[in-house]
Amino acid sequence: MSASELPPQPAADARPGRAWRPFALTAPALILLVAVIGYPLFTIVVRSLSEPEWGVQNYVWFFGAPINLTVLQRTFTISAWVTIVCVICAYPYAYLMTAVGPRVRLVLVLCVLIPFWVSGVVRTLSWVILLQDSGVINSLLRSAGFDGIRLIRTQTGVVIGMAQVLLPFMILPLYSVMKGIDLRLMRAAQSLGARPSRAFFTVYLPLSLPGVYAGAIIVFILALGFYITPALLGGPRSTMLSTLVQTQVLSLLQWGRGGAMGVVLLVTTFVLLALAAPVMRSRYREAGRR
Amino acid sequence: MEIKPLTRVILGLVCLLVAIWLVAPTLVVVPMSFNENKSLAFPPQGFSWQWYQNFFTNPDWSSSFLNSLKVASVVAVLATALGTLAAFGLDRMKAGPANLLRMLMLTPMVVPGVVLAIGIYAVYLDTHLVGTLLGFVLAHTILALPFVLIAVSASLEVFDRRLETAAASLGAGALTAFRTVTLPLILPGILSGLLFAFATSFDEIVVSLFITNPYLKTLPVQIFSSITRDADPTVAAVGTILLFATTLLIGGGMLLLGRERKGRQ
Repeated sequence: MSASELPPQPAADARPGRAWRPFALTAPALILLVAVIGYPLFTIVVRSLSEPEWGVQNYVWFFGAPINLTVLQRTFTISAWVTIVCVICAYPYAYLMTAVGPRVRLVLVLCVLIPFWVSGVVRTLSWVILLQDSGVINSLLRSAGFDGIRLIRTQTGVVIGMAQVLLPFMILPLYSVMKGIDLRLMRAAQSLGARPSRAFFTVYLPLSLPGVYAGAIIVFILALGFYITPALLGGPRSTMLSTLVQTQVLSLLQWGRGGAMGVVLLVTTFVLLALAAPVMRSRYREAGRR
Repeated sequence: MEIKPLTRVILGLVCLLVAIWLVAPTLVVVPMSFNENKSLAFPPQGFSWQWYQNFFTNPDWSSSFLNSLKVASVVAVLATALGTLAAFGLDRMKAGPANLLRMLMLTPMVVPGVVLAIGIYAVYLDTHLVGTLLGFVLAHTILALPFVLIAVSASLEVFDRRLETAAASLGAGALTAFRTVTLPLILPGILSGLLFAFATSFDEIVVSLFITNPYLKTLPVQIFSSITRDADPTVAAVGTILLFATTLLIGGGMLLLGRERKGRQ
């Protein structure tokens, strides 16, 4: 580790000529980063362009086969639904977190964090138990005299499970923005004659939008790459891109095709991040200025 | 802000439902783990401890549990060391390069799991790291690094660097100043980084699924393959054990922290 090469001199990093020291401190992490993330991703890009032979044939295949486009579109649709469900559920919840006393707030925060206490796989197992045909929801429905509904191996089931896993990533940024909103603005709007609903839509909602954007982007991006939940809760008609990548590589040994899919997923993720970054930053600044 | 009583009731109900939706799935494994039949159908029948017994006696389960403990412990130490060093480096850099490097080091959080997994799998196949402890440790460390970096950076941000200058002016060397002034003040950040790193590794599944082999499995891999293979309630028993262990750890930690804070006041 290069950090041990630092000379054991007295505090001197303010002196000129020591500018390399901070870089030396980050070096071990960077080396590991390049070796375990950079190089593997590079390998995948190369394989997508070189297997079985050099060229873009894997990308031509990907965008030419209807099944792939269906799955790509479905991945976006499911991620969009998950994001919408998360926004709808998180908004009132985060608002309540800002409006209650410290004790109730602690309970609400714990409810958000408890899902993190159990491992992700176990949480997905719980959803299998809940959603399966002989599961909790269906046995409750049947004992109430209704017909059972099919949830597992459907897109609805996948969305329900994924949204629950991702909800905390929506609630927390939303809460941190809402916490900073000055509620006296609402009172001011009402004292000027606005009805509560109008005060909400013209004052509170615009001020809370930066939190919605931040949370929605995080949830959407994480949802795009989801693998475990769709693999366990979904069926053939709810396959997402990640599962397709896994099938190509592990079952069909098509590294080129699987790699091309992976690169598409990777590029999509980073393009979305790059698009979102300036929007989010300027919105935050706006919120801070007001 | 004035809220009408009706709006207030609706808001409360919606939030109650969301809270149930968040928490209930976590608890549903508990009744299932005492099922008498080898089935995950609801409602569970009868009462038995056999799945807990199976977890501790079946080598598939106990060895994967031990592997996870081993890997996660090494990862926690390694990621915390690398992440803390890097956080210090970034803290002492100019804003430009620091922001760029920070973004780079946070990429493991946003790269889709499967893409990273096939990349690492490809490299591991060439370097014979598939199914080795070293392979797991390296992959998990890089995934845990961002969490350490965020936690330590956050506590460095509120750390007043003039304290180090003060220590130096009183004759302390760089190492002494670090050990007696800086370290105690940023220790909470480092410890929470350690905890996050452990949890990240203990919980990691996607990359693990690719770099595992029949001889070396971690607990999440074993759980996943058990769920996909058959309806074995042992997974519910494991889930329950993990749930109680974490609750004890976090509850104990919160109690300790609360007591310490009270003691200081």
